[in-house]
Amino acid sequence: MISKIRIAEAPNYLTEEQGIRSWLLTTDHKRICLLYIAAITFFFVLGGIAALLIRLELLTPVTDLVSPETYNKLFSEHGIIMVWLFLIPSIPATLGNFLIPEMIGAKDVAFPKLNLASWYVFMIGGLLIMYGIARGGIDTGWTFYTPFSTIYSTTEVAVTGVGIFIVGFSSIMTGVNFIVTIHRLRAPGMTWFRMPLFLWSLYSTSVVMVLATPVLAIALLMIIWERVFQVGIFSPELGGDPVLFQHLFWFYSHPAVYIMVLPSMGVVSEIVAAFSRKAVFGYVFVAFSSVAIAVLGFLVWGHHMFVAGESVYSALAFSVLSYLVAVPSAIKVFNWSATLYKGSVSLDTPMLYALGFIGLFTIGGMTGLFVAALGIDVHVTDTYFVIAHFHYIMVGGAVMGYLGGLHYWWPKISGRMYPERLAKAAALIVFLGFNLTFFPQFVLGWLGMPRRYAAYPPEWQWLHILSTAGATILAVGYLMPLLYLTWAWKRGPLAGHNPWRATGLEWQISSPPPKHNFETTPIVTHKAYDYAGMKEELGLV
Amino acid sequence: MSKAEALALREPFSTPQHQRDTAMLGMWVFIATEVLFFGGLFVAFAVYRMYYTQGFLEGSRGMTLVIGTINSAVLIASTFTMSLAIHAIQHNKQLRCYLLLLITALIGLVFLALKFTEYFIHYQEHKVPGIWFESHDPQAGPEQLFYIFYFAMTGLHAIHLSIGCGLVTTMAVRTALGRFNGNYHTAIDVTGLYWHFVDIIWGFLYAIFYIPGFR
Repeated sequence: MISKIRIAEAPNYLTEEQGIRSWLLTTDHKRICLLYIAAITFFFVLGGIAALLIRLELLTPVTDLVSPETYNKLFSEHGIIMVWLFLIPSIPATLGNFLIPEMIGAKDVAFPKLNLASWYVFMIGGLLIMYGIARGGIDTGWTFYTPFSTIYSTTEVAVTGVGIFIVGFSSIMTGVNFIVTIHRLRAPGMTWFRMPLFLWSLYSTSVVMVLATPVLAIALLMIIWERVFQVGIFSPELGGDPVLFQHLFWFYSHPAVYIMVLPSMGVVSEIVAAFSRKAVFGYVFVAFSSVAIAVLGFLVWGHHMFVAGESVYSALAFSVLSYLVAVPSAIKVFNWSATLYKGSVSLDTPMLYALGFIGLFTIGGMTGLFVAALGIDVHVTDTYFVIAHFHYIMVGGAVMGYLGGLHYWWPKISGRMYPERLAKAAALIVFLGFNLTFFPQFVLGWLGMPRRYAAYPPEWQWLHILSTAGATILAVGYLMPLLYLTWAWKRGPLAGHNPWRATGLEWQISSPPPKHNFETTPIVTHKAYDYAGMKEELGLV
Repeated sequence: MSKAEALALREPFSTPQHQRDTAMLGMWVFIATEVLFFGGLFVAFAVYRMYYTQGFLEGSRGMTLVIGTINSAVLIASTFTMSLAIHAIQHNKQLRCYLLLLITALIGLVFLALKFTEYFIHYQEHKVPGIWFESHDPQAGPEQLFYIFYFAMTGLHAIHLSIGCGLVTTMAVRTALGRFNGNYHTAIDVTGLYWHFVDIIWGFLYAIFYIPGFR
């Protein structure tokens, strides 16, 4: 037997420095990505537990598991945690952080210290929200509608509001960093139209983060101000206007939906190209559709107030503008499908998630058109139809994209492969569990089941049972990647620098990448996804 | 590249010029955020002013116009000294830059002192919503709304200005320590940009709160 020869591995970003200090004080965008992954995974589990408790309560028509008051707190905390502590930072702060410098050929983001600061700010805000939960939580829903949130609710509105206010600043810091990085740090030859589409979508996302988040911050500040000083900014008794709060809130929170889903669209573009071995069809259209979604996203907030006392003319305008969002969204879906056409398609795990995304996003988007129509919206406002619609976008869209991206780039982040068969099974379980959870909710909503109720008429029970069963399956599907991806971190087979034989600068450096990414700044000569032109380099011949 | 420049050059950048332009762009993007941050309040103010034109006019007549006007002049003066400080360091005049930065911070403090004098006057007149508010107007609501926005917006501006004073003082100290010269002064440029932005916000606040009450 020949004794095993241990080849000294070149140090990478994980091994170059050791110890807890080197992690907590790191300014390396790749390590900050991992700090964020750890944090948001924790919050995702927490939000998920709240969701499961909600589903368990809804298993029977009466309130038996938790009291109605507790139920109000459960769905409020579920929304707050999932939106601000998981979905908003999910892809940008993790995969975006890791990949932007690598995709443009830079050594780091433009402001590495600001990047680390954003994580600490995020944690402080997150812990404050946790502190609010420890003190009894909040029951206003994630939307903080006045005057309930300012006058009547006796729960921890102020603490939670301050927490979200602080988390918002971490989001702004990330946005500023990404915009400047993409503008200023692209390697020679990396022109705007050679950039991977993931970067176009993250750039658009960052613009939304920078321009929408401050409005939420100021709206929350006004709520806190009103509560603490007992003055009536939004209180009708003193001449205030509660609907004004809704305008300010949705001016952020509707674009926030695009903060959640645009990065996923970018991930899907990368995956679809890599596993079809083709350039994304209509690159320029897909790139500008991200920009268009970001811009239009700012002009549709009023469709959340169709029944809240908005003038007929505003409602008409917001309805038409909401329809317009369908155009760039459809461009994306059609172009991804056209990319598959005559491609050499392989159905690896990331591709399963990407295809799942395309299907579920289409359903979510189409039902979005239902609620953009004034007449239908009056019928389904505040029903489970709306719940199902936005979960198809946020979970079926954003989370599927996040999981797909995590699987696609995990070999780059960890340097190791995950068990492929298990991963494929998990992807299918997630897809099935998701549809079983949320499709019955479309039916429920259409029949008139209102959101945020702990009890319901017994004839709807079978639909709720289906939904709860689906949620359990979905939980298993989410737990599996958590387990096997952590397992693969140390024990998975080595991935090599380019396991998928994909284009893109990130696949040309070793996995895990060295601390400074590129020894010398690369010079880019190919356009993105040039599978035809790079056949030999990628070993695809 | 001098030794000082090499020390100041951070990882992702190749040249000091590249680093400077990037930092400036960062501040511009941050200012875009700030515009929307104040923008939310300006929009809410505009909506209520449209609902309650008369009540808001009443509120505006309660402003101490003299102090507000002096304060506007004070801030414009600070903008001037800030620009002179940047001009000085561009021409490698560290002592002059140091003094001008100190003067800028000092003028900022004068503004804050005058602002708090105003707040005290409002307190004596019982016009502080949530703490002590009295009104002879039969419709006290709109006037109170006016004062809520007055305190929220000028207060937020004062917080920004305090941060600005801290930054400018830090820059003065760093100039005294010889960290900046004619070739490298990015941090002062960025601070200056922020300072000017805060000044401009005051211009709008003066316009919406003080001028309507002018008789």
